Amino acid sequence: MSERDNRTVLVCCGPGCLSNHSLDVYEELKARISKTDIKVDVKTTIKATGCQGLCEKGPMLRIEPDDIFYTCVKVSDVPEIVEKTLLNRQVVERLLYHEPSRNKKVLSPKETRFYGKQMKLALRNVGEIDPFSIEDYIFRGGYKALEKVLSEFSPDEVISEIEKSGLRGRGGAGFPTGRKWRQCARMKDSPRYVICNGDEGDPGAFMDRCIMEGDPHSVIEGMAIGAYAVGSHEGFMYIRDEYFLAIRNMLHAIEQARERGFLGKNILGSDFDFDVQIVRGGGAFVCGESTALMASIEGKVGEPRAKYIRSVEKGLWGKPTVLNNVETWANIPVIINRGAEWFGSIGTEKSKGTKVFSLVGKVKNTGLIEVPMGMTLRDIIFDIGGGIAEGRKFKAVQTGGPSGGCIPESLIDIPVDFDSLDRVGSMMGSGGMIVMDDRTCMVDVARYYLKFLSEESCGKCVPCREGIRRMLEILNDICEGRGRPDDLETLAELGETVKEASLCGLGKSAPNPVLTTLRYFKGEYLAHVNDKTCPAGVCKNLTVYYIDEALCKGCGLCRKSCPSGAIEGQPRQPFAIDESKCIKCGSCMDACRFGAVKTRGRA
Amino acid sequence: MELQDFSHVRAILEHYPPERRFLLAILQDIQKHYNYIPRASLEMVRDYLDVPLSKLYSMATFYKALSLKPKGKHVIKVCDGTACHIKSSQVIIDEIKKVLNIVPGTTTGDGKFSLETVNCLGSCAVSPVMVIDDRFYGRVAPSMVRDILAEYGRLENERA
Repeated sequence: MSERDNRTVLVCCGPGCLSNHSLDVYEELKARISKTDIKVDVKTTIKATGCQGLCEKGPMLRIEPDDIFYTCVKVSDVPEIVEKTLLNRQVVERLLYHEPSRNKKVLSPKETRFYGKQMKLALRNVGEIDPFSIEDYIFRGGYKALEKVLSEFSPDEVISEIEKSGLRGRGGAGFPTGRKWRQCARMKDSPRYVICNGDEGDPGAFMDRCIMEGDPHSVIEGMAIGAYAVGSHEGFMYIRDEYFLAIRNMLHAIEQARERGFLGKNILGSDFDFDVQIVRGGGAFVCGESTALMASIEGKVGEPRAKYIRSVEKGLWGKPTVLNNVETWANIPVIINRGAEWFGSIGTEKSKGTKVFSLVGKVKNTGLIEVPMGMTLRDIIFDIGGGIAEGRKFKAVQTGGPSGGCIPESLIDIPVDFDSLDRVGSMMGSGGMIVMDDRTCMVDVARYYLKFLSEESCGKCVPCREGIRRMLEILNDICEGRGRPDDLETLAELGETVKEASLCGLGKSAPNPVLTTLRYFKGEYLAHVNDKTCPAGVCKNLTVYYIDEALCKGCGLCRKSCPSGAIEGQPRQPFAIDESKCIKCGSCMDACRFGAVKTRGRA
Repeated sequence: MELQDFSHVRAILEHYPPERRFLLAILQDIQKHYNYIPRASLEMVRDYLDVPLSKLYSMATFYKALSLKPKGKHVIKVCDGTACHIKSSQVIIDEIKKVLNIVPGTTTGDGKFSLETVNCLGSCAVSPVMVIDDRFYGRVAPSMVRDILAEYGRLENERA
């Protein structure tokens, strides 16, 4: 059989496509193929894969080796795909992706800007393999790194290799991974533990989930290599309970790895023993903090402790522990396979390799991306992301989740690496990148994060528990029209105190969203406080919606979209909004194609 | 309420060795089976693990996945992750509040719906998102809310 005799259809079953019912597409394809009595000259395998990235155009599927990709596929499209593409090698034009930069439909993902500018290391297999199949993983070079390490490397050499690569933790703070391992390996105490932090809690972030769901073995292999390096025999994966697909796929993968001898006793004939178990997270954001996470694994309330003694020295059950995030572990096999030097050649001077981001918000191509460190925010948002949705104006990009900050347009040309983001008051974080346009109120965004953090603060230390709450009260006042001129100063002062005095990373970084918006969007705060208006038209108490009669064509789309029956008018005559009924949801503004729905302040 | 059959708690406990490290998993399993953590089950856990009831109470109130009050037949989760938030998820929550007359974290009087807000379901591409039981609703507009809820039967608190 030649290669053309084997065809694979890869149906994306990542979180975005799944919520767009891609599983139905997958089932239908499978059913159709098995039913097709016409003689198929090629053996066709249908695979449900992890996230293929371009969530915006889901459900999507790829056909290999023809290198065709279809977007926005519905169950009703399946018969045509089978009939035309699978049986007769014809392309279904309508399902091809329209590449905006060239204004034409393209066949292959490589021809798109979205995929063309990416570089996939941590995501190397995600969307390419069936996560349930260890064969798929091995076929693409899986477990080679583990084999290499066990037969050729001493534990010390593994650590040196990781140190040389310059890999820094992908969980947020960017601590050098090799150094962490070295510190742990030096400890005399045993047993030692390795932990994978899969408690991805940042709102707007789903990178780790996609890796665990789409390529679970890469994490297992990374952990096994790490365990060998630091002399550990027991590993834990702490995964959010809400990520039930990640847990399911990971459990299955662990089982398979045990059967094949990649986990368990005498791995691959060596004298190295290692096994992993899964601990389900209980839904507490603070458990993403390393010491809180360890307390949670021990069956306790997930409260952090002061880190006078680091967890590499006394971590889980008081023993030396290495904790890394999912993406960090997934990078380890790549470094071993391709060498520290090669890895170190990617990225910037102090941030090596790539970073995975979930690119979301008001951007055209929402999705999961991986880019070399050092790419500018502009390239990410406007090239890969395709720019701002609905032709609106870019306002800010938020990185680093609730611990990060909002970066304004004037800084959009900074390179994305640990240190540059730090310098502008934000942080890399785990990789949520949320794009905001002129319809996003920056004061409301700051309030949103503080509300989240006030609920998630564990309450152990006063600065975090009380400080965040007081800041939130002030922001509530500002958003609801009770802001006073001295509020901004109080906010900044409180913010600095919370940063300085909190016990763990949650509190230490909690004020960042407020401090960065104060720094870069002070005008918007002042509009709320002094003029009692919300320039973005989001804060309800400060906003009145109205229809500009000069621009209204009387099409009535706004009336149809209004959930509260607040819009009246005659066709072809200007419509009007009844302020007493309006709930200020903005549906009319989104529906209007002529920009006739506008907002003004209450004053 | 307390007349429930707790034999399943026994089965859950037997699934785990009596060690503190399995406490969270045990509570999660109980939550999954009963839809909340009944007081009687906490007493059984106390006896099995020899952990004081006060500690169990602190666990059950600390972790968001655990609830000491029964949840409704259908659990509505509205995503209020950042991407959904800036695409007006708050307006969706307000609309549900209006239709069902409950606030997030509570259950309707007839025990039919619980309303919760969650932080990011990873479906940012189709934001704003809401999930009822296991069914996803993407790109939800406020005008769709009433019809979606009506799929789950008559709405008790419906105002004319």
